[in-house]
Amino acid sequence: MSAVLEVHNLVKKYGGKSAVDDISFDIQEGEIFSLLGPNGAGKTTTISILSTLFAPTEGDASIFGFSVTKNPMEVKRLIGVVPQEIALYDDMTALENLNFWGEMYGLSGSALKTRVKELLEQIGLADRAKERIKTYSGGMKRRVNIAVGLLNKPRLLFMDEPTVGIDPQSRRAILDSVKSLNDAGMTILYTTHYMEEAQELSDRVGIIDHGKLIALGTQSELTAQVGEMDTLILHLGENEDPEHLAQGLKTLSGVLQADPSDHSVALVTPSAEELLAQVVSRANELGIKIHSVDIREPNLEAVFLHLTGRALRD
Amino acid sequence: MNLRKFFLIAFKDLRLIFRDPAGLVFMLLAPFALTLGMGALTGRFSGSTQLGISQIPVAIVNQDSGELGQALEDVFTSKELSELIAAQILVDPAEARALVDQDKLAAAIVVPDGFSASIFTPESGGDVVAVEFYENPTRPTSTGIARSILESFLKQVEVGRVSGTLIIKQLLASGAIQAQQAAALGAEVGWEVVGSNSDSASILITSNTVEGSGAKFDILAYLAPGMAMLFLMYTVTFGGASLLVESRAGTLARMLISPTNPGFVLGGKGFGIFLTAAAQLIILIGGTSLLFRLSWGDGLAVALLILAAAFGASGWGILMASVLKTPGQVAVTGSAIALLFGILGGSFFDMSLLPEWVRTVGKISPNSWAIEGFRILSMGGRLSAIQPHITALIIMGALLYALGTILLSRRGLVRK
Repeated sequence: MSAVLEVHNLVKKYGGKSAVDDISFDIQEGEIFSLLGPNGAGKTTTISILSTLFAPTEGDASIFGFSVTKNPMEVKRLIGVVPQEIALYDDMTALENLNFWGEMYGLSGSALKTRVKELLEQIGLADRAKERIKTYSGGMKRRVNIAVGLLNKPRLLFMDEPTVGIDPQSRRAILDSVKSLNDAGMTILYTTHYMEEAQELSDRVGIIDHGKLIALGTQSELTAQVGEMDTLILHLGENEDPEHLAQGLKTLSGVLQADPSDHSVALVTPSAEELLAQVVSRANELGIKIHSVDIREPNLEAVFLHLTGRALRD
Repeated sequence: MNLRKFFLIAFKDLRLIFRDPAGLVFMLLAPFALTLGMGALTGRFSGSTQLGISQIPVAIVNQDSGELGQALEDVFTSKELSELIAAQILVDPAEARALVDQDKLAAAIVVPDGFSASIFTPESGGDVVAVEFYENPTRPTSTGIARSILESFLKQVEVGRVSGTLIIKQLLASGAIQAQQAAALGAEVGWEVVGSNSDSASILITSNTVEGSGAKFDILAYLAPGMAMLFLMYTVTFGGASLLVESRAGTLARMLISPTNPGFVLGGKGFGIFLTAAAQLIILIGGTSLLFRLSWGDGLAVALLILAAAFGASGWGILMASVLKTPGQVAVTGSAIALLFGILGGSFFDMSLLPEWVRTVGKISPNSWAIEGFRILSMGGRLSAIQPHITALIIMGALLYALGTILLSRRGLVRK
């Protein structure tokens, strides 16, 4: 395999604040690479730079050997982008939208007609192609949004949180279509804040937080960072002090790490079930009331928690 | 390929505008309705056999013993103007003013004694006795027509006066004539210059009175462009806002990450605003012409004026999109500007009613140039007569587009 995308020390600053802070990674041909991180982590900004929409403050990236800063037009021809928002015209039909965007990608005549027909069948909307987008459900809009990104048969597809705000059934359909595209040979950069999606789809995952790439590797490589550890999350009342509880729990045997955050404390331990009774007892001693408890086995969420001290959805 | 996308984006915008029922009502039906309503208020649809205003009552008080006073009197009582102007010759200026005050006259024109002499005597040093135009503010359109005729006459007199003065001064300086001969010769030269320009001077008057030629003044020929320009400004406002709407919706970003030069994307959006504006004006001017049997005369001049007006107005749309941050801000600001331009540019009032400084300020609005251009065309003027208007609108559009493009490029078409 060869790298189709190479990112070198990418930085993007807005008024002195770094939205993307010195990140580097590469994507191999045929891979699904996920950028996993909470909202505001810098995923969309990264994709915007890689798709030539924004210029980086520092650093560069190359796609199939073309620099995104020096050869943007070549890069644009090779990539497809599925943005997070539904970037379609509501008052145009699906067919008209696909025709318009196809022409924006340089397709015309019979090539355009054939490609649009193929895609409409692929997304299962051939029979409703002449209806305006505004009459579609959220899931149907998402499917057209994806189809637009595929019009130019890109070798590298950027998908920016394509399942945000849709029902489970549509989400399932989209995840399946991502796998199908990859099976057909397409390389995919997928961003999400859903740990399950990254786990299901990705060959490799980059975990991003506050603009920094804090971990990178296959899922097994990443979960190995937290070992065969469980994560025990204690949810507290609004008036309780997580810092105080974390300090109190650190001394318990079996607690390897105790990270306080807003109204919760995350504990990393070899066995959450065995630790639980001691934890409740210590909390009582400290006069702190625990509202509820979550136990998580090693997964990407645990990795994120381990690295940042926060849950992905915090 | 990029040029094709430029047109693709523009025609997409045009298509979207014409798919919005609410937008269409505002763009097309509302101006038609307002034109109809205001036309009814002016008595345009009262069943009169006349098309529009006629028999405007004007008093002429000629106290001048010279030829120019008589000439002015002759113009207003001429056969050619008899259908449009009902002139009565009075002796007492006070009586004439009183009749205007009583709303029995649209205007009174008082030509003071010594008017001709002040024009034809070079020794007067350029001080001309002023003709008094006493107007009735409750009849703005009628007053405006009478004023136009008077101004047209005085413009020619002024041309003759300046030319005559120059010639006499040169002759005096060279010693070819004596000072005592100057007055008589001045009158002769000035009168000849006035006479030599009589063809162009009388364009407005003769073409306005030819029976059945369609060149008669019609109040709707004033109202229709006024309303069209007013609503055109709203349309270009929506056009400017659409740039920001697309920026927010992500479609602008999607265009920019397609293999298309960003300049063509912005150009296509700008051209889309222009196309929409031009289409609106064509429909409104064409529609009112058909519905109300208005005649604009020179077809090429009308077409060029429409395109120039659409260009000038759409420049404001681009500028608003480049300065303001949200579609809501553009909509609010644009509505205020549309209303302000409507007032300053003559969409609501006869401009002659407004103070000179307001008329000057109003020149920043495309309304002012376009409405005046259409008025000239409706009264028989040809392309040459509206060239300054077309030029002004094109310059306005070019400057605003350039400024808007620079600002948008600096700010970035898509913001994080």
